[in-house]
Amino acid sequence: MSQLADYYRIEDLLQPEERAVRDTVRKFVDREVKPIIGEAWLKGEFPRHLIPKIAELGLFGPTLPEEYGGAGLSPLAYGMAMQELERGDSGLRSFASVQSALAMYAIYRWGNEDQRRHWLPRMCAGEVIGCFGLTEPDAGSDPDMMTTKARRTGKGWVLSGVKRWITNGSLANVAVVWAKGESGKVCGFLVEKGQPGFTTTDTHTKASMRASITSDLILDGVEVAEDHVLPGVKGLGSALSCLTEARFGIAFGVVGAAMDCLQEALDYTSVRKVFGQPLAAKQLTQERLADMLARVTSAQLLAVRLGQLKAAGQMTYPQVSLAKRENVRHALEVARMSRELLGANGITTEYASIRHMCNLETVDTYEGAYEVHTLILGRDLTGIAAF
Amino acid sequence: MLNIAVCVKQVPDTEARLSVAADKTRIEEQGISFILNPYDEHAVEEAIRLKEKQGGTVTVFCLGPARAEEAIRTALAMGADKAVHLADAAFGGGDEGTAAAALEKAIAGKSFDLVLAGRLAIDDASGQVGARLAEKLGWPHVTAVTRLAVEGREAVANREIDGGSQVVAVTLPAVITAQRGLNQPRYPKIPDIMKARRKEVAKVTPADLGLSGGEVGGAGAKGKVAGLAPAPGRSAGKVIAGEPADAARKVVGLLRDEAKVI
Ligand SMILES: Cc1cc2nc3c(=O)[nH]c(=O)nc-3n(C[C@H](O)[C@H](O)[C@H](O)COP(=O)(O)OP(=O)(O)OC[C@H]3O[C@@H](n4cnc5c(N)ncnc54)[C@H](O)[C@@H]3O)c2cc1C
Ligand SMILES: Cc1cc2nc3c(=O)[nH]c(=O)nc-3n(C[C@H](O)[C@H](O)[C@H](O)COP(=O)(O)OP(=O)(O)OC[C@H]3O[C@@H](n4cnc5c(N)ncnc54)[C@H](O)[C@@H]3O)c2cc1C
Repeated sequence: MSQLADYYRIEDLLQPEERAVRDTVRKFVDREVKPIIGEAWLKGEFPRHLIPKIAELGLFGPTLPEEYGGAGLSPLAYGMAMQELERGDSGLRSFASVQSALAMYAIYRWGNEDQRRHWLPRMCAGEVIGCFGLTEPDAGSDPDMMTTKARRTGKGWVLSGVKRWITNGSLANVAVVWAKGESGKVCGFLVEKGQPGFTTTDTHTKASMRASITSDLILDGVEVAEDHVLPGVKGLGSALSCLTEARFGIAFGVVGAAMDCLQEALDYTSVRKVFGQPLAAKQLTQERLADMLARVTSAQLLAVRLGQLKAAGQMTYPQVSLAKRENVRHALEVARMSRELLGANGITTEYASIRHMCNLETVDTYEGAYEVHTLILGRDLTGIAAF
Repeated sequence: MLNIAVCVKQVPDTEARLSVAADKTRIEEQGISFILNPYDEHAVEEAIRLKEKQGGTVTVFCLGPARAEEAIRTALAMGADKAVHLADAAFGGGDEGTAAAALEKAIAGKSFDLVLAGRLAIDDASGQVGARLAEKLGWPHVTAVTRLAVEGREAVANREIDGGSQVVAVTLPAVITAQRGLNQPRYPKIPDIMKARRKEVAKVTPADLGLSGGEVGGAGAKGKVAGLAPAPGRSAGKVIAGEPADAARKVVGLLRDEAKVI
């Protein structure tokens, strides 16, 4: 087991099975992801062949109860799994996050018992892939601006509108789609691949998250039956509750990317010679490495404490905002520093740092951009909404 | 149907930075992580594969302190059925002889067809327990096996030897120790990690095995570790440049005059 930066012995804050989950995902990533991900990223391809392997490992919906196919993982064990996946690539972690924390969570939390039994076991098994359609071309940070409409008919509903930036969009067998009813209230729907009026197109111009599929969902009068409506949804807040779950995973995931960059920089600078000495022997290098370590350690501690709060049922969404906001920026800084220390080699996908760095630009934007979390915290502190 | 026993040990992580404890006979355990001994991981994997093919059970045996339960759980998560943990403090501080004796008591007479163990444990690297256990059981054994085939009551094991390989056939019950290359150990699935928490781990004491306090652990050991020292740090090598013939001459000179080895 590679001994990655664990300066404050996070190890000791975990239960044995939480360590075991981390170690098993770490081995999976070292064996199956690391060797192929640079090339997949460069080609702009999601490594689809990993889907059954990830499913077999048990990474889809692992926190759900066993009766739905989950493993009843603790928040910390889930977080550690996300950390290790993102040590591989943010795109892979996104894939798992969207499946588990967004699509499956939405069905688990806001669906009825029939829907849970129909969808969740097959989603755990990776037979059904999900996506989560909230963002639109003109509604990102402010999702209440969405223009996708849901109109009631005698038989059910008809959806019309466009969702943009949807991870797994064209891959998904089922899309959780958020749309406004005639009263303006946000409702949640399950739209299946291939339904008349439902098409997708992929975005191919990304310079970030290249090993992840991002699509537009085009809904042109898609008929949705009553049993495909999520009955528990109480407006936009229900959609946002799913985001809290996914943001929790991100707070851990980005730590993995940062740990990978730190390790890479450490390995590289200890062998690379400049001006007659290892790069690691230079004071400027050591300052950077120390800074990277401090950021990694801060991020680890924020994440673990957040996990403890969640396990105790005490976690609040502004706490999640703080961890998402800080940890993504820590990871981004660490990735940039590592990239820089690697010189020209650092601009190639032979090394992981630039890939992590580019990916993390997305992570900084999605699931509530940095500024949005700043404003959530500002509102929590002052009681004044300044969005 | 094969009833297989696998002996496992928990050892410091291969990448942990080790230091010697103040009493100079032990590794400092503070601040390091422990893992299932890598050779034992191969043994567990082989046992599970045999069970998957031929049916039967896999029981894990582990002698070690309370913390070693984590290594046991790893083996259970990989697919072993149950475990016996020789965790009593009295088992501590022993040598290869006391370890083999205690394991023999735990394993003998339980109708096991096969015992698998690691070639050696990477902590003390002595590599004796598997062979000693076989002697005590009165069973044949093959060490450092890279391929194993079990058919009926016969096991055929390949061993790598210098410059070639050797094939050894034994009749079951037998003891086999695993070398790297025997297989690629699986990583446990997450649901199996959670299910492993509910599998049975029986804790046994020397009395349960019919052993007296004087026969186990430090009290029963015939040898004890008198000292432990880290390997001396290596200094940088010397690069000798120039034409091969000149360079060779220089090397010979240095070996004679400076290193004084020839
Ligand atoms: C690769 C990728 C995958 C994605 N996957 C999904 C998905 O699966 N499902 C989904 O629904 N969405 C997804 N998204 C969309 C993502 O959630 C949005 O991009 C994000 O919410 C930001 O919205 P926007 O891009 O429209 O930016 P905008 O909302 O236009 O924001 C632009 C900038 O303005 C800032 N800003 C916003 N409001 C304020 C303010 N009041 N004051 C100051 N600054 C402000 C923002 O922080 C940001 O920096 C994904 C995006 C990407 C890039
Ligand atoms: C796309 C591209 C095109 C290029 N085109 C050309 C070209 O046309 N012709 C050409 O000759 N070269 C070219 N280069 C090479 C470029 O000039 C080198 O990459 C650059 O000089 C850095 O060298 P390096 O990559 O070996 O990094 P290194 O010298 O190994 O440096 C690695 C890191 O260590 C830092 N560092 C170096 N010395 C010290 C010190 N003493 N103390 C602290 N930190 C230190 C550096 O700032 C850097 O962050 C190109 C590079 C790229 C990426």
